[in-house]
Amino acid sequence: MLKGRNLIEPGDFSIQELDEIFRLADTIIAEQGRFIDICKGKLLASLFYEPSTRTRFSFESAMLRLGGQVIGFDNPSNSSVSKGETIGDTIRTVACYADIAVIRHPREGTAKLVSEFSNGMPIINAGDGGHEHPTQTLTDLLTIHYEKKRLSNLKIGVCGDLLFGRTIHSFVKTMNRYPDNQFVFISPKELQMPEHFLNLLPKNAYVETDDLANAISDLDILYMSRVQRERFVNEAEYMRLKDYYILTRKKLSLAKEDMIVMHPLPRVNEIAREVDSDPRAVYFEQARYGMYVRMALIAKLLGVLS
Amino acid sequence: MINVSKLKKGIVIDHIEEGRGYYIFKELKLNEIKDPVVLMQNIPSRKMGKKDLIKIETDLDLDLNALGLINPNATINIVKNGELVRKFKLTLPKKVSGLLVCKNPRCITQSEYIPSIDFYLVDEDKKTYRCEYCDTYTTYMEK
Repeated sequence: MLKGRNLIEPGDFSIQELDEIFRLADTIIAEQGRFIDICKGKLLASLFYEPSTRTRFSFESAMLRLGGQVIGFDNPSNSSVSKGETIGDTIRTVACYADIAVIRHPREGTAKLVSEFSNGMPIINAGDGGHEHPTQTLTDLLTIHYEKKRLSNLKIGVCGDLLFGRTIHSFVKTMNRYPDNQFVFISPKELQMPEHFLNLLPKNAYVETDDLANAISDLDILYMSRVQRERFVNEAEYMRLKDYYILTRKKLSLAKEDMIVMHPLPRVNEIAREVDSDPRAVYFEQARYGMYVRMALIAKLLGVLS
Repeated sequence: MINVSKLKKGIVIDHIEEGRGYYIFKELKLNEIKDPVVLMQNIPSRKMGKKDLIKIETDLDLDLNALGLINPNATINIVKNGELVRKFKLTLPKKVSGLLVCKNPRCITQSEYIPSIDFYLVDEDKKTYRCEYCDTYTTYMEK
């Protein structure tokens, strides 16, 4: 039963519950007309303390496509936060008006903290610093479910900023719950997976390398990520690492014919534009799946289908 | 050898590693209680060579989590009416509340006031705990 629950990290839901969301997303994709007013009279609070295009738009468009409405802000200086209000007080107030809330915040652990003050209003974590981004994970899994027709027994390359990449952390943690998946972590030494994260994985489930060209040939999925300028304290360090990996058509020629290239977007230089037309590049499709999976998630947490 | 009389009621914290008694005294804020308290240091011990020991004549409840974190191998003796009614060894707590501070500068606990943050044990040997909010590992260090 997902009604009234929070989604703070992907581990909050069992594999069966994730499958339940994907099944509903399948139905929404196939029969969109059936769902246009299931959230009529419901309000989504969209609380974005950090810039976002895709995530905010996909949540808001998901709610609007279900017939619900949206309130909120995308700049905390337009809210009482600028007057020094605690986040706990903000969420208590929002819970008086809205039926469900989505929050993005630069501080790690914020979504968990606000869920302690939300008085039963479901909270969805739309990214908390470098920590978790569970709805991107739902997007990623729905993409794999469509593009690879399975979520297990896959060799998955994860490339780029593995230290601060919250989408990467949530994605790997969740794919590790499905049987027989293997990971290849491709990053410069400075941006390797955090130790506490590696401790969660069986030792034989992953290898680490800094060589993308060498690793690409036997992957089923290549998940690229951006080196995030906003996570660096030192600009010179960012400039040195930002173009460490660039996926070009030449490098992609070393990959299997049915490998897929994923990316949470936005990209900067890590995927050359020439790759966009390759059938293996699915990152814009991924953004579309993101809206459908968020429609399914909102419907489930509000319990509007039961 | 200095003699301290037998307790009628209260708590004896025995088998404290040499030199750690003072940390326990400070961490439990024993200087703030009104009941008699004795801290003995460098007492000869057959098992330990030297040990520290604390006697508190009180009805006060001790925070055993704090104690387990500072000196997981200490022994607790509870005395009532001059009799030993309970004796047990401490262990490193699986969960500690309100005792550790998250070291992650990006953690929400650094900017919002949270009265009691829970940390969960991940590595007994290193006394390493995981922050309930951001999952970052923090190792207990004596102040």
